[in-house]
Amino acid sequence: MSHHQLDARRMFCPMPVIRTQNKIKELHPGDTLEIVCTDPGALSDIPAWCRINGHTVLEMHEHNDEVFLTIEVCEEI
Amino acid sequence: MVWRGMSQPKAISLISGGLDSLLATKVTMDQGVHVEGINFYTGFCVEGHTHAIRKQDKAKPKRNNALWVAETLGIKLHIIDIVEEYKDILLNPKHGYGANMNPCLDCKIFMVHKAQQWINENGFDFIITGEVVGQRPMSQRKETMPIISRESGAEDRLLRPLSAKNLPPTLAEREGWIKRDQLYGFNGRNRKPQMELAEHFGFTDYAKPAGGCCFLTDENYSAKLVDLWQARGHRDYEMDDIMLLKVGRHIRPSNHFKLIIGREEGENKFLQGYTKTYTSIKTTSHAGPLTLIDGVANDADLELAARITARFSQGKNEDSVTVETRRQNGETQLLNVKPLSADDIKQEWYV
Repeated sequence: MSHHQLDARRMFCPMPVIRTQNKIKELHPGDTLEIVCTDPGALSDIPAWCRINGHTVLEMHEHNDEVFLTIEVCEEI
Repeated sequence: MVWRGMSQPKAISLISGGLDSLLATKVTMDQGVHVEGINFYTGFCVEGHTHAIRKQDKAKPKRNNALWVAETLGIKLHIIDIVEEYKDILLNPKHGYGANMNPCLDCKIFMVHKAQQWINENGFDFIITGEVVGQRPMSQRKETMPIISRESGAEDRLLRPLSAKNLPPTLAEREGWIKRDQLYGFNGRNRKPQMELAEHFGFTDYAKPAGGCCFLTDENYSAKLVDLWQARGHRDYEMDDIMLLKVGRHIRPSNHFKLIIGREEGENKFLQGYTKTYTSIKTTSHAGPLTLIDGVANDADLELAARITARFSQGKNEDSVTVETRRQNGETQLLNVKPLSADDIKQEWYV
């Protein structure tokens, strides 16, 4: 299990979702991915993408116009 | 449905986030087919960055409709970035443009072609779309349906469940993966049959975009894109160009430069991110917009741009407004300028 980071700042949805999707393809179940975005749409889009694909959003918050999400990679549905 | 002696057929569905692809997917799933969704991001999708910039839009609930469709149907969605490949479609459309800069037929052919590649790589059997014969003047006509099937390379692996009865049977029907009598024969621009089918399935919260799902169908956006190409003398674009065409007032006093003037706080903040790559102007004596200069502006151009910027500040009726100009190299200069009068900003300067 390892922790990874993804910088998706100054990208607009769906690009943060696409980058998340592509990054998670490289990871393994149990790994965690921390994503930072500036598009607040990521707060709804990335969790929706996770629900569809069976991954878990462990935490998300906004701070100084940035959005932070941490995802646990699960076995894909 | 139990697939005796054979594996469950698998289809990929082109999901735009609108009602037709939602219904086409549902109709196919209800026949026991395993369906996954595919959504292509061209850079011009209204679905994407529209709500992220303007502060006044931030209060509106945000939802990516393609993801919503997938979640509603309980299917996977593969979102594919085709921004770079799409340039050739927009710049050199074999079948030309629609009313604006929308290369709808070439776009559909390209997306079905990409879906065809995807099913080959992933062992799927056929492709479905929400196309309806006669629904759109360029890409969804009786004559264009076989062109899309043929030129995409999908041939008869392309099924349009909502309009299938208006078209020859496809492989999915001939192989018995799909029962043709459970498909539909929708035709024309009337949306009532789709709305009735949505009601039958219990779909109420589906997207109803007023202006379509692509900026290229928008007259104002297309005019800005054409202006950009004319001013630069060549037809090309980068992702930042696409984004900046969406933001602010665009005023071109001369062929060699234009102003992009933020209209509110969210846009000013967005434009701030470009101040290292564009010359910028902001008012310092009064509240006002942030302006980017696209092109090469000499000192006289910069003074004119400063006076225009001051016109859109709270000092617009003052004799003098102080502005700070900032070149890409970080060099700054303070100018005291008289705001241009509204009449002096020529109507033809507005892009």
